[in-house]
Amino acid sequence: MTTHSDVHATQDTAIAPGQPINHEKFPWKHIVGYVLSLVLTFAALGLVLSSALPLTAVIVSIVILAVLQLLVQLFLFMHLTERHGSATHILTLSFAFFVAITVVAGSAWIMTFRSSVA
Amino acid sequence: MLPHYFNHLFVTGIDIYIADVLIILTSLGIVSVLTYFKKWKWLWREWLTTVDHKKIGIMYILAAFAMFFRGGMDGLMMRTQLAVPNNHFLSAQHYDEVFTTHGTIMILFMAMPMLIGLINVAMPLQIGARDVAFPYLNAISFWTFFFGAMLFNLSFVIGGSPDAGWTSYVPLAGPHFNPGPGENYYLFGLNLAGLGTLASGINFLVTVIRMRAPGMTLMRMPMFVWSTLITSILIIFAFPVLTVALSLLTFDRLFGSHIFSMTHGGMPMMWVNLFWIWGHPEVYIVILPAFGILSEIIGTFSGKKLFGYPAMVGSQITIAFLSFVVWVHHFFTMGAGAAVNSFFGVSTMLIAIPTGVKVFNWLFTMYKGKIRFNTPMLWALAFIPTFVVGGMTGVMLAIAPADYQYHNSYFLIAHFHYMLIGGTVFGVFAGLYYWWPKMFGMKLNERLGRWHFWTFMISFNLTFLPMYLVGLMGMTRRMYTYPPGLGWSHLNMLETIGAFGQGISMTFMLINIVWSFKYAERDVTGDAWDGRALEWSTTSPAPEYNFAHVPVVYSRDAFWDMKYSKNKEKYQVKEKPYRPIHMPNNSGRPFLMGFAFFISFFGFVFEWYLVGGIGLAAVFYLMFQRSFEYNTDHYISVEEIEHTEAVTGRS
Ligand code: HEM
Ligand SMILES: [Cu+2]
Repeated sequence: MTTHSDVHATQDTAIAPGQPINHEKFPWKHIVGYVLSLVLTFAALGLVLSSALPLTAVIVSIVILAVLQLLVQLFLFMHLTERHGSATHILTLSFAFFVAITVVAGSAWIMTFRSSVA
Repeated sequence: MLPHYFNHLFVTGIDIYIADVLIILTSLGIVSVLTYFKKWKWLWREWLTTVDHKKIGIMYILAAFAMFFRGGMDGLMMRTQLAVPNNHFLSAQHYDEVFTTHGTIMILFMAMPMLIGLINVAMPLQIGARDVAFPYLNAISFWTFFFGAMLFNLSFVIGGSPDAGWTSYVPLAGPHFNPGPGENYYLFGLNLAGLGTLASGINFLVTVIRMRAPGMTLMRMPMFVWSTLITSILIIFAFPVLTVALSLLTFDRLFGSHIFSMTHGGMPMMWVNLFWIWGHPEVYIVILPAFGILSEIIGTFSGKKLFGYPAMVGSQITIAFLSFVVWVHHFFTMGAGAAVNSFFGVSTMLIAIPTGVKVFNWLFTMYKGKIRFNTPMLWALAFIPTFVVGGMTGVMLAIAPADYQYHNSYFLIAHFHYMLIGGTVFGVFAGLYYWWPKMFGMKLNERLGRWHFWTFMISFNLTFLPMYLVGLMGMTRRMYTYPPGLGWSHLNMLETIGAFGQGISMTFMLINIVWSFKYAERDVTGDAWDGRALEWSTTSPAPEYNFAHVPVVYSRDAFWDMKYSKNKEKYQVKEKPYRPIHMPNNSGRPFLMGFAFFISFFGFVFEWYLVGGIGLAAVFYLMFQRSFEYNTDHYISVEEIEHTEAVTGRS
C-alpha cells in the first residue's frame, strides 16, 4: 500500500477501489449471503414468536442461528478467505472477537445481580 | 384509526410559536435569498450533490454549528430556570424536554459531526490522498446525519420533544410511561444519524489503510490521522450496539414487544447496559480526534516535532482497548455487586495512565520550543489544564463506593462538561482556527480570536467550576427547581452568569467569521502557519483534486522535511508533466436518499406505516438505481490541471 508510484496513484487515489473490475461479474456471493442472512434472522424471530419449544431449546437454537449468521457475514461479505492482507485480517478479527466476547460475557456477568436481587 | 396524539400534532405554547415563526422566517429568508441571487443551481451543483471530502467537511461543520446554536439555546433556557430558587420560567415537563434535547443534540449532532467534519477536511490532505476511499458513501453519511438531525429537531414543533434524557432510560422511555411521539423521534433520529456515522467510520478506516501517499508508512502518519484511525475503529465496534439497542426499544414501543419492559420477562437494566456499551466508547470517539488536533497544533506552534510519537500511538491503542471494558462505571449504583463494580472501577482508573502519557508528551513537545501564541495554540494550551481537571474528577467518580454519593449529582455534570467543552469543544475551536485558512483561504482575525478565547475560557470556568461544589453540596442533576436556603443559590446564579457569558463569547466567533470573509488577507502561500504535515503543501483552499502530483513521503512531518531538509533533491522528481486525474462524479442521489429516509422515519415516528413504507421503498429504489450506474467517474484533463495550478501560482 505504500508502494504505488505516481503513475498508479491516478488509479488508486481518487476513486473507490474496485470500480471497473466489478462490472462484468454477477455478485452471486453477495446475493446468496443477503438471502441467507435474512432467512437466519426470520428463523430466529419465528422461533421466539411460536412458543412451541421449551425456553432452553429456544435459547440454544437462536444462539446457534446467531453463530451461523456470523459465519455468513465473515465468509460471504467480509472476504475472509482472501489471502491478500491477512495480517490486518488477523488483527481486526482478534479485536472483533475481543469486543464481542467482552460485550456478551460482560453483560451476562453484570446481569447476574438479578438472581441475587430476586 | 388515527393515533391519539394526532389531535395535537402541532405543539402549542408561546416559545413554540416563536420557534414556528422563526423557522418559517428563516426558511423564507433562505428561499428568497437563493431565488433573488439565482443560486439554486449553484447550491445543487456545488454543494448538495458534491462528493468532495472538503466540501462535505464544510457542510458537516456548518450543520454542527447550527446544532451548537440550538443546543446552546437549550442550555441557556436551563440556566435561566435554575438561576434562582423556586423559579417558574420552565415547567417540570418543559425542563425535562429541554435537557433531553440539549444532551442529545450536543453529543450526537454537534460534537461528533464537528469532528467528522474536521476529519473530512484535513485527514485526506494529510495523507496525500485525492479523496476518501468511498466518496459517494461519504455523501450518504453526511445526508443521513443531516436528515437524522432534522428529524430529531422537528419534534420541537411537531408532536413534542423527547423527555427521558439523552440516555433515554427505560421504563421511563418505554411505551407505558411515555406514549407520545417524542421518544420515537429520539429513536429514529439517532438511528438514521447513526447509520451515517457507521459509514463514516468504515470510510475513514479504509482511507487511512489504503490511500496513503507513497512512502507514508503507518509510523509516519500525522498524529491526527492516527487518532482518526483509532476513532474509526471505535465507531465500527461501538455503533452497531447503539443501532441494536435503539431498534430493540423501537420494537418495544411500536410493536409491543417486551424486551426492556418491567413485565413479561423484560429486562430494563439491559437497556442501561447496552446504552453504555456504546456510550463509553462514544465519549472517546469525541475526544480522540480532539487529542489529534491538539498534537498537530502543539507540534506546529512549538516549532518542534511531536515528543514521544510511538508512546502517543501506543497510548491511543490502549485507550481504544480499555474503552470497551469500562462501561459499568456509568451505573455502579445499579447494584451489580462488589466484584463487578471493583473490576470496572479499576479498569476505568487504568485509562488515566495512557491519557496522562499524552498530556506529558504535549508538555515535553512544548519544552524548549519557540512557542507562538496564535489563537489555535491558545485553545490547545487551555485544553490541557481543563482536561486534567475533568480527568481527575473522572477518576474520583470511578471509585465505586464514592460514586454512590457523586452519581447523578452536579459533580458528574461538571466532570463531563470539563471533558466535553474543555476537551472536545476547545479542541474543535483549536482545529477550526487552525484549518480555517485551509478551508477558506484566509485566517480568522487574531484579535477577535483572542476576545473569543478569553471570554469563553473565563465564562466556561465560571459556569462549571461551581457545579463541582453544588454537586458536593447535594444538588442532583435534572432537577427543574430547588428551594432556597440550601446554600446553592449563589453558586447557581454564578453558573447562569457564566452560561450567558459563553453565549456572548460565541458572538465574537461569529463576528470573526463574518469579518474575515469580508476583510481578511488572502493566504496565497497555502502554508498559513509554517505547518509540518502535507495539508499545508497544497494551495488554500486545496483544488478539487488536492494534489497535482501525489506527494512522496520520506519522513514523519513530511512537509517540514520538504521545506527544510538538507537533501532536497529527493523531492525534485516532481518536474515531470501532469497526468489526467481520475475523480468521482457528483451525485444527487445521497441527498435524495437522506430525504427518503427522513420521510420514511417521520412516518414511523407517528406509526403511519404507509408513509414509512413508501419512504423505505424510495430508499431501496435509489440503492437499486445506484447498483446499475456505470458512469460514476471522470478524468480531469491535463489542460485543466495546468490552468488551475497556474491561477494559484504553482506550475
Ligand atoms: C480519565 C478519564 C475518565 C474517567 C476516569 C471518567 C470517569 C467517569 C465516570 C466514573 C462516570 C460516571 C459517573 C456517574 O455517573 O456517577 C463518567 C461519566 C461521564 N463521562 Fe467520564 N471519564 C473519563 C473521561 C471522559 C471523557 C474523555 C469524556 C468525554 C469527552 C467523558 C464524558 C463523560 C460523560 C458524558 C459522562 C456522563 C454521562 C451521563 O450520565 O449522562 N468522560 N465518567
Ligand atoms: Cu464512561
